[in-house]
Amino acid sequence: MTEQQPLLHMQGITKEYFGNRVLTDVCLDVNRGEVLGLVGENGAGKSTLMNILFGMSVIGQTGGYAGTICIDGKEVIFQNPFDALKAGIGMVHQEFSLIPGFTATENILLNGEILQDNIVTKVFGPRLKTLDLPEMRAIAEKSIELLGVDISPDTLVSEMPVGHKQFTELAREIHRPEMKLLVLDEPTAVLTESEAQVLLTSLRRLAATGIAIIFITHRLQEILDICDRIVILRDGQVVKEVATGDTDIGQIAELMVGRSVGAKSASTSGYDKDTETIVSLDHLWVDMPGETVRDVTLEIHKGEIFGIGGLAGQGKLGIPNGIMGLYPAGGAVTLHSKPIRLNDPAAALAAGMAFVSEDRRGVGLLLEEALDWNIAFTAMQAQNKFLRPLLGGLIQWRDDKAIQNVALEYIKALDIKCTGTDQRAEELSGGNQQKICLAKAFAVQPDVLFVSEPTRGIDVGAKSLVLESLRTYNRKNGTTIIMVSSELEELRSICDRIAIVDEGRIAGILPPSATAKEFGLLMIGKLKNEENKVESHE
Amino acid sequence: MNRIRAFVDKAGWPRIIIAMLLLSLFIVAPSVGVRVDQSMTNTIVRFGMNGILVLGMVPMVQTGCGLNFGLPLGIIAGLLGATISIELGLTGLAGFAGAIGFAAPFALLFGWSYGKLLNRVKGNEMMIATYVGFSSVSFMCMMWMLLPYRSPKMIWGYGGSGLRTTISLEGFWIHILDNFLTIRIGPNFMFPTGMILFFVFMAWIMWAFFHTKTGTAMTAVGSNPDYARAAGINVDKMRTIAVIMSTVYGAIGILVFQQSFGFIQLYNGPFFMALPAVAAILIGGASVNKANITNVVIGTILFQGLLTMTPSVINSAIQSDLSEVVRIIISNGMIVYALTRVTRKSR
Repeated sequence: MTEQQPLLHMQGITKEYFGNRVLTDVCLDVNRGEVLGLVGENGAGKSTLMNILFGMSVIGQTGGYAGTICIDGKEVIFQNPFDALKAGIGMVHQEFSLIPGFTATENILLNGEILQDNIVTKVFGPRLKTLDLPEMRAIAEKSIELLGVDISPDTLVSEMPVGHKQFTELAREIHRPEMKLLVLDEPTAVLTESEAQVLLTSLRRLAATGIAIIFITHRLQEILDICDRIVILRDGQVVKEVATGDTDIGQIAELMVGRSVGAKSASTSGYDKDTETIVSLDHLWVDMPGETVRDVTLEIHKGEIFGIGGLAGQGKLGIPNGIMGLYPAGGAVTLHSKPIRLNDPAAALAAGMAFVSEDRRGVGLLLEEALDWNIAFTAMQAQNKFLRPLLGGLIQWRDDKAIQNVALEYIKALDIKCTGTDQRAEELSGGNQQKICLAKAFAVQPDVLFVSEPTRGIDVGAKSLVLESLRTYNRKNGTTIIMVSSELEELRSICDRIAIVDEGRIAGILPPSATAKEFGLLMIGKLKNEENKVESHE
Repeated sequence: MNRIRAFVDKAGWPRIIIAMLLLSLFIVAPSVGVRVDQSMTNTIVRFGMNGILVLGMVPMVQTGCGLNFGLPLGIIAGLLGATISIELGLTGLAGFAGAIGFAAPFALLFGWSYGKLLNRVKGNEMMIATYVGFSSVSFMCMMWMLLPYRSPKMIWGYGGSGLRTTISLEGFWIHILDNFLTIRIGPNFMFPTGMILFFVFMAWIMWAFFHTKTGTAMTAVGSNPDYARAAGINVDKMRTIAVIMSTVYGAIGILVFQQSFGFIQLYNGPFFMALPAVAAILIGGASVNKANITNVVIGTILFQGLLTMTPSVINSAIQSDLSEVVRIIISNGMIVYALTRVTRKSR
């Protein structure tokens, strides 16, 4: 590295979403011809950082950001992606932003078409210029060639294999002569291994021409293969910036997931390994879009708090959703050694299980109804609570008084901030809505409680309150709690055992005291073989 | 000032504006020679005639099936009940009760299959419902000709087969509810106690139903079907129950309408019955997925009041054939205005 000015210099970037701080004082330098790896857990702030760099409108709409961005030493403020494009920043998103019915050439030169004059333009002006197709084809060919792949510029995007689409998108970004900095957000996620190899090679070749590249991926091996430097983000902060040569996968994984392991994890001593099994899953599969569970076999002991973690999309959310009958599932689930009928939410509830969904607004709440209904409804329907039989049980009359009482009780117990039981659920803040969801599940008085992403989208203070009430409930009533969360630290703070899910299977089960490195390695699928699982630690 | 604003928020501008218009029509009425007491009688009678049909909108709206544009289906069930009752020569209270009794199984059957259909077209209920209503009316146009009715009171005088387009209820059960405990004040004011009581009874049943376990479940289904499913509720079953209820209320509603009107209207009669009911409940403040009895009562009074008052008052005021056009523009314009306000509030 020479002592030149960095191409991109981000200084003190701070961003809040509705009072929820997602980036804190992030500094980042990228030099010409350098490949910088950006890694971090889901929600660490990678995407937000890139959205800020690219001037995405979502940033402006949510109150802008603090800090400065300099390109070639000059401060820039991008109002929209067009400004960023003009400044020479290109971005390839996870989702394909290509027009399926257009050819590769047309997509690559979209809105940058080469035009030529004709007779009509003399009369009607430049809007009627025609396309210089041969010239466009040549440009497209050149930029595809630069990537080192073999795509005909005349192929329709709709007829391309997934890998080629990704390359087309890359070609679109690099054909522009002013291109200086390329941001790739998980470009290899959809590629096969060999395609990913080709992509990585072409990225190196691009970097050699002087283009700087910011590379975001979950596949840590790729980062090590092609990056010069690695920046690790955690909870919106840069925790470490290292040269690739000075590190290994284990260290990166540890830095990604592990905060300092506090004394909190020690507080789970109440769990006794020898208690009876309450729930057992046998070769469970769940067809939940985006969270497919392939083959999960688990035994969960009575009275424990069992954590399920893993990266997004690996199937951890599918497990509770499948057991509770919300998505098509197969295999066997038994509770108290009695089989549970799958694909039937009523049967799961009747057996004594309750579920707090990760989709709070979509599944968890009746947004337009009052709080008392929200809290009492599931218990009323599944267990005939809060009902008064009339005419000898012929009519099940709703007992509004009892509903209100139970609602008041939980509002008090969980310290829910609201104007009263008749307030509508949509008017509450995220944290209080989550407490309503918990109250709903508590009102069922389940033997087994599934809690999915209980702290997603709520602020730090509310997070600890929610976790605390879960632990209290577990202690007081001996309820078995199965908690699914993307935040490993949260699982480690309250769970007795933690299973990590990878590609729809259990990659391993660890005690909360295991090191961040062990968790990290399980998450990225490095330890597949059985021998290396738990025993390595115990 | 704050109290006024709170009232406006609660009542909603469309209702306040329409109520003002209605009030001003009543105030203007005497000066153009329209009797206020007679107008009030008309408004009340029309309210009683249409109230139960509007009430029939509630279960489907509450369950998230949208507005019941397929109301003609229920009306056809009612017409079948009415014609069978007359065919059997039942008169008086027995005739009316018989009509309801014969209509009920048809309404249950129609409602059940209509509900099954709507469960297959989730998200497009209202459009499909409109087609169901229209096509069933067209189908019945053929059936009224072909069904083997024999009663000379109902079939065409010439040819001797097929039902007439309008059948008089004179001598059967005309005004059977209207005339029950009627209160008359002076020559021009009449309060149809029986009919209003019947409406209150039907509204009470609806209110009570929504206070039961099933009714609560139905409301939740309309509010958030995913939530309801997660609570172990069979969403499709709840929707089917709602559609059956709407259809049964449609059947009973048309019988109440007929006994006051004095005639059974067949063939294209049910064609446009759904629209006034839909307009009424929307004006009453219901949204596409929330409705209650208050919406029904207020909406029906306002809408039917407007329909009663505009022709008579404006006819007298303008003294020309233009009045009909003006009436349509004002009443439909009001509906459109109300609908725009309603959608903005509810979604």
